Amino acid sequence: MAEMVSLTIDGLKIHAPAGTTILEAATDANIYIPHLCSNEELAPYGACRLCMVEITQGERARLVASCIFEVADGLEVKTNTERVLNVRRLVIELLLARNNKHPALRKIADELGVKETRFPIEQKGCILCGQCVRTCREVVGVSAIGFSGRGITRKVATPFMESPPDCIACGSCVYVCPVQFIPMKEENGVRTIMKYDYPMQKCRKCGQYFAPKKQLEYFSKITNLPLEHFETCVDCR
Amino acid sequence: MKTRVKKIIDKYHNDKGFLVPILQDVQKEYNYLNREALNLVSAFLEVPISQLYELGTFYKAFSLKPRGRHEMKLCTGTACHVRGVPLMKDNIERILQIQAGETTPDLEFTFETVNCLGACALGPILVVDGEYHGNLSISKTNRILKKLGKKVKIDEES
Ligand code: SF4
Ligand code: FES
Repeated sequence: MAEMVSLTIDGLKIHAPAGTTILEAATDANIYIPHLCSNEELAPYGACRLCMVEITQGERARLVASCIFEVADGLEVKTNTERVLNVRRLVIELLLARNNKHPALRKIADELGVKETRFPIEQKGCILCGQCVRTCREVVGVSAIGFSGRGITRKVATPFMESPPDCIACGSCVYVCPVQFIPMKEENGVRTIMKYDYPMQKCRKCGQYFAPKKQLEYFSKITNLPLEHFETCVDCR
Repeated sequence: MKTRVKKIIDKYHNDKGFLVPILQDVQKEYNYLNREALNLVSAFLEVPISQLYELGTFYKAFSLKPRGRHEMKLCTGTACHVRGVPLMKDNIERILQIQAGETTPDLEFTFETVNCLGACALGPILVVDGEYHGNLSISKTNRILKKLGKKVKIDEES
């Protein structure tokens, strides 16, 4: 068990293991802090800045991203001051400029009392939270996709903007995206992610399509088991 | 190509921590980040190609398209701008028949604009293959291009 530290969040005394983030500690204590890019399966990242909170350590009060700032003894955290809310409103306005349609974003905007963004609406869809890229890298372990460019030209990209050679068509990136930006469909034994096609494998026993061939090949490679082993669906095993 | 790329990687002891310097060397070797070389780096170092693409598109110093033998960078910072850089830019674009940010089809020239070279007192400035040409004028751009082997029609200004 890790060493415990005590802090206050919105006046509430809280004990949390050292090394956890403010966001985790708050969530455990049932205190809601809006957030979009943090995901407990992934390493702390701090991209969206929605989770800003005000902390007081000693004399000075300042704003930090709660999803990357670790708890410390004697820390005073406030999640709802006017200063915090102002920043969050600005952040959600900026996000709305990239996507002002998605219900997840609209909901956060509503909570903050933001009706519309003052910025020109670009409707890019993707909010660059990076969850897809990080999931593919950290959880799936193939790092098939990444970012390209920087600043205003930054976007999620496949290498050379072509069909990603390392992709195993697992669909994790699709699943993890908070704004459903990456389309996926399955038809006649072919899974299509973004605009790239991946053939599916038919189960050797029941004959149903059940998983992308590339994913099974990947399983076989990392487990060192023969491919046939994976060509039967879970139901038939 | 394999041995050339291998040589670069060996220089950095096969260390993934040196990705950027490795790519810089690849860029120097081929004058751009050529795709085959990137695939080799990816295979040798076991670094996903997505990460190399990310780096290649992130830094201005890298290019995924072949670059010209001569590199020209024109400063469009405020000080240079007010001293007439837009006119010189038009002139260079007209002579090279490309837009800023492009490379001539014969791979002789790459022409780019940059935001400030930090030498405003010398402005307008054009950097040609690392050499600074200050107090630029339209006729000076003509002369420079001519020297580099470009046929330049001399018009009224000069
Ligand atoms: S579908 Fe492809 S890109 Fe998406 S997480 Fe899986 S391997 Fe990565
Ligand atoms: S959740 Fe903290 S910056 Fe996105």
